[in-house]
Amino acid sequence: MNPVMADLPPGGIGMPNLLSRYAECTIWLARYMERIENLARLVDVTETFVRARSTTSGWMSIVQINADDERFIERHGTASEENVVGFYVIDRENPNSIVSIAHAARENARALRPLISTEMWMHLNMFTNAVSALGPADIRASNLSALCARLKQDCQTHHGITEGTFYRDQAWLFYLIGRSLERADQITRLIDIKYHTLLPSVAGVGSEVDIGQWAAVLRSAAAYHAFRRTVAGDMTPSHVVGFLLKNDGFPRSLSTSLSQLYWAVGHLRTDYGLKNGYAAAERVEELRATLAEQTVKDIILRGLHEFLDWVQRELHLVHEDIARAFWPAAMPAPPHRAPDAGTSQDQSQS
Amino acid sequence: MSDPGNDPGSDLGGALGQPRGQQGPGLFVTYDTPDFYCELMNRRDPPPDSLTRIRDRLAHFGLTELRQRARVAEADLYNLGITFTVYTDRDAIDRILPVDLIPRVLTAGEWNHVERGVRQRVAAINHFLWDIYHERHILTDGIVPAALVLGNANYRPEMEGLDVPGRVYVHINGTDLVRDGAGNFLVLEDNARTPSGVSYVIENRHMMLRSMPDLAAGLDLMPVDEYGPRLRRALTETAPGGIRDAQVVLLSPGIYNSAYFEHVFLAREMGVPLVEGRDLMVENGRVFMRTVAGPRPVHSIYRRLNDDFLDPRVFNPDSMLGVPGLVEAYRRGNVTIANAIGTGVADDKAVYAYMPRIIRYYLNEEPILSNVETHICGEPEGLAYTLANLERLVVKPVGESGGYGLIIGPHATKAELESFRAGLLADPANYISQPVIDLSVSPTLCEAGVEARHVDLRPFAVTGESTWVLPGGLSRVALRKGSLVVNSSQGGGSKDTWVLAS
Repeated sequence: MNPVMADLPPGGIGMPNLLSRYAECTIWLARYMERIENLARLVDVTETFVRARSTTSGWMSIVQINADDERFIERHGTASEENVVGFYVIDRENPNSIVSIAHAARENARALRPLISTEMWMHLNMFTNAVSALGPADIRASNLSALCARLKQDCQTHHGITEGTFYRDQAWLFYLIGRSLERADQITRLIDIKYHTLLPSVAGVGSEVDIGQWAAVLRSAAAYHAFRRTVAGDMTPSHVVGFLLKNDGFPRSLSTSLSQLYWAVGHLRTDYGLKNGYAAAERVEELRATLAEQTVKDIILRGLHEFLDWVQRELHLVHEDIARAFWPAAMPAPPHRAPDAGTSQDQSQS
Repeated sequence: MSDPGNDPGSDLGGALGQPRGQQGPGLFVTYDTPDFYCELMNRRDPPPDSLTRIRDRLAHFGLTELRQRARVAEADLYNLGITFTVYTDRDAIDRILPVDLIPRVLTAGEWNHVERGVRQRVAAINHFLWDIYHERHILTDGIVPAALVLGNANYRPEMEGLDVPGRVYVHINGTDLVRDGAGNFLVLEDNARTPSGVSYVIENRHMMLRSMPDLAAGLDLMPVDEYGPRLRRALTETAPGGIRDAQVVLLSPGIYNSAYFEHVFLAREMGVPLVEGRDLMVENGRVFMRTVAGPRPVHSIYRRLNDDFLDPRVFNPDSMLGVPGLVEAYRRGNVTIANAIGTGVADDKAVYAYMPRIIRYYLNEEPILSNVETHICGEPEGLAYTLANLERLVVKPVGESGGYGLIIGPHATKAELESFRAGLLADPANYISQPVIDLSVSPTLCEAGVEARHVDLRPFAVTGESTWVLPGGLSRVALRKGSLVVNSSQGGGSKDTWVLAS
């Protein structure tokens, strides 16, 4: 027997394993597209708050949520609608802007061209071209809501095309991991923006303004009707936060995203024998347990912002566990990243 | 040089009693059929029925209709992200846009001739490479000057004595052909390193069938979709001995390379991973790719990197694109590299001049496809002829300098010719000379309407246990009026090449 054949792993050839680089790019592609969608939601809800004059921190809150304070202040000083929206939608210098993220998503997709469907690539390419063409006129207040709706819809189209055309193998699981990681992270930011917006509070808990704001948060997460339908009683902070964090039927809730994340990591092991994911799986499991063990009232009592912060840090570590397991450090990082100097984890916001 | 004896333009309108440029209704009403051999409108022999049918169908298209379809096709390409950066490399075909919607048609008989000729040429090149990296009979027999081969910049001592599987060096070959004023196919050059452009052949066909379904309807065209499976099979057949189910990969420089689109295309058509250098590693003389399940063995590499970038331990030490230790694994026979390292010596301009003799030497056959008549100035007769006819010839240096330092006699001034003559006499072995060829033309949609533009043809041959030639090949077209340059960076485009099966 040829020596090269002799040391083939069981099941080696015939069941092709995903290139590490493809796995990494797949996760980032999914994260970036999910991130754009959520950024559009954040801009949209902030606009609602600002328009209702129910905030003291105004447009700055979105900057704080994304931990972009330093970069933003250095460039713009004080926040206005024009400069914040510009910063997050069309500013190519800002790696966290929608246009930058769209380009980063396309670069990852370009690296994945051998793997993804032509439909996926074509849509991403057209989407990036459309986003690149956006100018100051497109982000004027009168156009903003329509623009956010269009951006959301394009991201949803991407998810739909992916769901309908992406081959179901390891790459699909990595895609789901990326998407649920990002979605989990982003729901905590959406809740947090309300917290930031109201510091110091201009409206008492339970006031009309307060209820109106929570309703806006729900709407921006596409959760309003489901909330009304399933939650009896008033729109109290704990009801809304509880819904967004712990409702297993709501597709963007933290608990749903975590359970999908856990499912995908688990299937890498059960379907493909990829046992290296156990560290990530364990961390996700702990995160889910912590969430399940506490009531929303407890969480709010102990500090909602601190809890959300902690969740974001844990999710960041999950991503690192995955990276260590499936694309070990021996491999230099792919060059096609938006140049975010912010964090150790390449592109993750924190 | 045009041969006045068989001026193909003279019998066209005359026989029909029509003025020139009035061949039919619609599209070709204003077509000014040139004196050149025209692939569609102006062949010497009466065209076969199938060709006439295509011509008649085309004639019924209006210019507006054709332009409209061309716009849709272009938008299609834009959305598909088939965009290019300009990147000059002798083997690379970059920026093949736009695609012209009037196909270039070859008859079954023409194709049979080209196919046999290409096969013969590839066979000779593989014999030649085996020989020069082993016994060197052709050098000791004095057929090709030893200095030309051993002193060649693309000669790789690393290949000496290495027995490549199946004795195949050139798994993928692109032969650049032109047609002269009489319609004869002539080889302009061989591309035996990493020839590119095949993806456009297949993409162009897909686009043509989408854009011009009514033109293609019912025609018996030879298909081009087999290329990917054929290539994969060839790479499997030439994998190191004893390997079943060889793992084939395509090695690309990455997403910033101008031909990345083609790399993706071929990886998808073959169904194999597209890897970059950093995805591969060598351990104990074997090649592995990094996967989510750890390292997995790799047996055949279709590389789209030049020799110098393959392995920083052996070639360019600064290359970040290659794989350290790859050449060692190759030398140990643990991996197949396609094309083999060191094939550049076979498609060199100087060696080209000897190709007819190389074919006769190894195959004991006459060349089926002629070279462009080439005079080797390193030989006394060649030099004498060149000096006597300088003002009518193209004289090219044979070294690595590419397009630099050549002179086109008919376009040069007296002073330029005299100064060139001095350089030629100082180092005759560095030059070859060729006549200026009247390249054939094909009707092409241009700004002002349908006009004649020069075309060439690059058929692709895939060699494993045997050689298969993709029917047709890439037809490049010089979009600038009168230009002989089909390179895409200089205003070139492409056409779909239709080979009629009968």
